[in-house]
Amino acid sequence: MKYLLTTCFALLLCSPMAMQSVSANDEKTNIATLRNHTPIEGQQPTKSIPKVINNDKVQMRNYPMQPPLIPHTIRGYEVNLNSNKCMACHSRQRTAESLAPMVSVTHYMDREGNFLAELSPRRYFCNQCHVNQTESKPLVENSFVDMHKLMKQKSQQQ
Amino acid sequence: MKKMLLKAWYTMRRPSVHYSLGFLVLGGFVAGIIFWGGFNTALEATNTEAFCISCHEMQDNVYQEVQPTIHFTNRSGVRATCPDCHVPHEWTNKIARKMKASKEVWGKIFGTINTREKFLANRKRLAEHEWARLKANDSLECRNCHNFDYMDFTAQSDRAAAMHSTSLASGEKTCIDCHKGIAHQLPNMDSVEGW
Repeated sequence: MKYLLTTCFALLLCSPMAMQSVSANDEKTNIATLRNHTPIEGQQPTKSIPKVINNDKVQMRNYPMQPPLIPHTIRGYEVNLNSNKCMACHSRQRTAESLAPMVSVTHYMDREGNFLAELSPRRYFCNQCHVNQTESKPLVENSFVDMHKLMKQKSQQQ
Repeated sequence: MKKMLLKAWYTMRRPSVHYSLGFLVLGGFVAGIIFWGGFNTALEATNTEAFCISCHEMQDNVYQEVQPTIHFTNRSGVRATCPDCHVPHEWTNKIARKMKASKEVWGKIFGTINTREKFLANRKRLAEHEWARLKANDSLECRNCHNFDYMDFTAQSDRAAAMHSTSLASGEKTCIDCHKGIAHQLPNMDSVEGW
């Protein structure tokens, strides 16, 4: 009897510790997704920097309100207090000469919907929404499905 | 003063008393080589990156800006240093530019841009000088390396080929018209053509 009690007590004492160690282990493996289970003191060999897609071809948007992607390199393009290199081609006044697509009219609207002569300050920093793409595999799996595809599937099921 | 000048004039007019003609001719020739060589060596010494960035105005501002750009850091290891773009390569034009640069020595002595704030305040004026110079000589310093006749449009991106084969080919535009800020940060571009 005494032996049984001691065992139970010992188990009770140990169990929270055991649980803790399991959860810590779990956390460790979960956090390490991008590091690919590399031990914290180690380092993976560096991957090469992928090339930026520079084909000037419009890429399909994944949903209607997606900011269009930049299909060209933007190395050294300054967007700051002094100048906005993007607008040297994409502003309303410049598109006739550059043949680049004009930024949408929403970029000339303030938050109340009033039209401004110049680019709205809240839309000034192009790279907040618009990015270019590289020739590389996604780092994590992406299960995004286009709304259009979902609707199609639904109508086919009915 | 007048006496001294007259004395010098008479000395120069008289034939040499002590030295032979051969010595004078050969000596003059050797001295000419030494002086000319010395002059050119000194000139070339001022035509190096190390000389340019020996002033903190250049080291702290424009030299920092050029380093991440394509003309400094690139895959093929060809680097354009300061004088490649800012000093003409041909001798006559080089001397003309060097004479104009005496204004820059003035600026250095009187500290026209000796702080970051002063440099930023003057950036537009300084940039406009460089743009005007390159516009006037049809971007000669660009073309020292980038020869239009040697360009392979098929190797360029579609956009670049379209621009180069029209505006640049017709001579309507020159390099600097589109490639402002290629190597240094831009000043305020308000009211600059093409912005």
